[in-house]
Amino acid sequence: MNKVPLIHISRRKDIVWYRAWLVRIIAVVLALVVCGLITMVMTGLDPIKVYAAMIDGTFGTARRVWMLLQNIAILLCISIALAPAFRMRFWNLGGDGQALMGALGAAAVMILLGDKIPNWLLILVMVVVSIAAGAFWAVIPAFFKARWNTNETLFTLMMNYVAIQLVAFFVIVWEVPKGAGKIGIINQNSNAGWFPQIGGSKYLLNVIIVAILTIVMFIYMKYSKHGYELSVVGESEPTARYVGIKVRKVIIRTMVLSGALCGVAGLLLVGGTDHTLTTTLVGGRGFTGVMVAWLAKFNPVFMVITSFLIVFLQRGATEITTTFGLNQSYGDIITGIILFFIIGCEFFLNYRINFRKSHKEVA
Amino acid sequence: MENQVPVLQLKHITKRFGNITANEDVSMDVHQGEILALLGENGSGKTTLMNAIAGIYYPEEGEILVRGKEVSINSPRDAFELGIGMIHQHFKLIDVLTAAENIVLGLKDKRRFDLKAANAKITEICEKYGFDIDPNQKIYDMSVSQKQTVEIVKVLFRGADILILDEPTAVLTPQETDKLFHILRNMKADGKSIIIITHKLNEVLDISDRVVILRKGKYICEFVTAEADAQKLTDAMVGHAVTLNIDRPEPVDPKDRIRVKGLTVKNSDGVLKLKDISFTARTGEILGIAGISGNGQKELLESIAGLQKIESGSIAYVNEDGTEKELVGLDPKKITDLGVTLSFVPEDRLGMGLVGNMNLGENMMLRTFRHGHGLFTDRKAPYQLAEQVVKELEVNTPSVRTAVRKLSGGNVQKVLVGREISSAPTVLLTAYAVRGLDINSSYIIYDLMNKQKERGVAVIYVGEDLDVLLELCDRILVLCDGQVSGILDGRDVDKQQVGMMMTRLGGGEANE
Repeated sequence: MNKVPLIHISRRKDIVWYRAWLVRIIAVVLALVVCGLITMVMTGLDPIKVYAAMIDGTFGTARRVWMLLQNIAILLCISIALAPAFRMRFWNLGGDGQALMGALGAAAVMILLGDKIPNWLLILVMVVVSIAAGAFWAVIPAFFKARWNTNETLFTLMMNYVAIQLVAFFVIVWEVPKGAGKIGIINQNSNAGWFPQIGGSKYLLNVIIVAILTIVMFIYMKYSKHGYELSVVGESEPTARYVGIKVRKVIIRTMVLSGALCGVAGLLLVGGTDHTLTTTLVGGRGFTGVMVAWLAKFNPVFMVITSFLIVFLQRGATEITTTFGLNQSYGDIITGIILFFIIGCEFFLNYRINFRKSHKEVA
Repeated sequence: MENQVPVLQLKHITKRFGNITANEDVSMDVHQGEILALLGENGSGKTTLMNAIAGIYYPEEGEILVRGKEVSINSPRDAFELGIGMIHQHFKLIDVLTAAENIVLGLKDKRRFDLKAANAKITEICEKYGFDIDPNQKIYDMSVSQKQTVEIVKVLFRGADILILDEPTAVLTPQETDKLFHILRNMKADGKSIIIITHKLNEVLDISDRVVILRKGKYICEFVTAEADAQKLTDAMVGHAVTLNIDRPEPVDPKDRIRVKGLTVKNSDGVLKLKDISFTARTGEILGIAGISGNGQKELLESIAGLQKIESGSIAYVNEDGTEKELVGLDPKKITDLGVTLSFVPEDRLGMGLVGNMNLGENMMLRTFRHGHGLFTDRKAPYQLAEQVVKELEVNTPSVRTAVRKLSGGNVQKVLVGREISSAPTVLLTAYAVRGLDINSSYIIYDLMNKQKERGVAVIYVGEDLDVLLELCDRILVLCDGQVSGILDGRDVDKQQVGMMMTRLGGGEANE
């Protein structure tokens, strides 16, 4: 009984920003050290070489840098789409399905109207249809939540599988050639509905669009009346009603926005880069986006950093598994360890650990 | 008693949270068989100090001695082993379990657990001190006062002989408070030591043997209660002389402002909460609403504010020219759009009136965010308003960019009231505006109400402290069981009469 505890944990009331960043940087450094040690012990490889390979795999050539930017753009697009929903405490886990519906919409327009109407009009129709499709997919669970208070987490999650099945169905309807089981490149000869290339790269347009959307979303959430309303609804519905905010309306409006932006991600994939439609087109970014958004605390500008981090880790992990002939899971282990440290350091931002003062003698 | 070793001694206790010092160098003693009152303003560190004794917090500096021996209390379990038990302001009970199950929960006993023996022991404790609970009753079936009783029995069951009660009377009716005090006196007679935290001076004077006063986290002084009075205590607590009278200026030219007729309201479960309520609120007048908590006060205010679904009846807003506007069926925004400035200070400050995670400026914005140009909110004016409220109402906050939930209860209330009166309302609805506030803050609030009244605002004041209601209000509407038990003249009524009307419709003995 008669002893001071070795450590005791107390809550921090505040932390200055440079200290917070210092903690984060230490976390990343520690993560790299631990990964290095594990690499040495388990594979016998030189960890410096492994890290060099990761960096080379991401930045090594111009093409790799473009791929990095493209991946960040799509992931960021979905993440900023999720941000307003999450700020409203509406757990939209349906980003995958909403983006896939946007992709389906864009592909449908390309296939059905390609070469039948002028290209500028075709692209305009693609934009409208894919945004509408994404928004539609998001507004269904939003409506049920607003009207009957259903659980949005499960609802949006299940909508993903419906979207995948729908896409699978249309892939068969539109398969080229018959019996191939896939669509292939749409309008390969005429390039109808393909977004124009700027600066000689098919990726640059996507990057620019997402950059603009990110800034717009930041302003929307921070300075607009809508952004304020959705924050209040997220924090406390009674308070929202108290000042006459229509909670149902805000839920539906925000989810229309969230779904529409997911639809844009699908549009950029189909019209901008891939020019095809598959069930795996979105590739789980709807879920990775959740992580990006959380890590950035729903701030669109911080999401640029967190989405870069996630994409870098993913691409680096793929690179080292091929370069060193390692098992695919090895990359996941590295990614897991780094994320563990980054998320874990939040604890040290919120709590302080006090050690026993050794000089104090108990009388 | 003087020569005895104190059961509990605190020596130079300091507790910090980050850069904020909650307690600084506090030393005090507690003797066996005494009731010690711990008195201080909001945020003066009373609860933090007690939490350090109960094992919730660990102080950075200082020593705690129990029965003369230095101890280290790292957890509530350590505290229990030393015979220290705390009854917190927010009860820590599990709703779906019975009283007995809650009482024995978490006990470490090597032998096979025997609920019957536990029940017998609980009954024994109850009989000894005069508690009135059924060990087999579920917590969710209990009133607030019964829950508190369970908490006290829980602590006694574990063999505590130093009891700490954090604002135990804040949630009780006057009758329940009397009952609690009776029990506390029984425990004192049994040799237990009791520390009671309270804001209410009359209770301190009534129950305690000694009073320790804290201010801004520091020990200020102590009194033997028999030698103290309300004025002395207040002055020591606040740090300067305070007048303890509430003004009640005569209403100037009162005119009807809100006419409520036949108002009937059911809650979401279909239970009747208000039945055929009719009254009028006038300009330049404070209309008090008295009643035991949960007798329809909340529903009444929320009906007027446009937050309650109304079964039948009418609520008319009377314009300056005598024409009427019907408010039933309108939400708060539509009421504002009609040009009616109605301010509402709800009971649940952080659950309804304010957003805890937002800062002061952003909370000011709640009422005005629609004023901005086009799509954007106006951010400058709310921050200016926040600065102004902080200055005028002496809100204790690091800055206007601090999250409201980090402020203490009284400061939260000042922020809310400050915002609500800033819109120059014609009707001001307040629910328990001074609940949990210390004397100084309470008087600031009363003063603000009176200023609004002088401005010609129709003030509706739902209160729980009858003494204050009788001193402050021009008229008092007594609610009982969702019905109007009577409307009385505040200048010509006695406390007993109001108390009777709160428990029986009309206040008559034979009205059962």
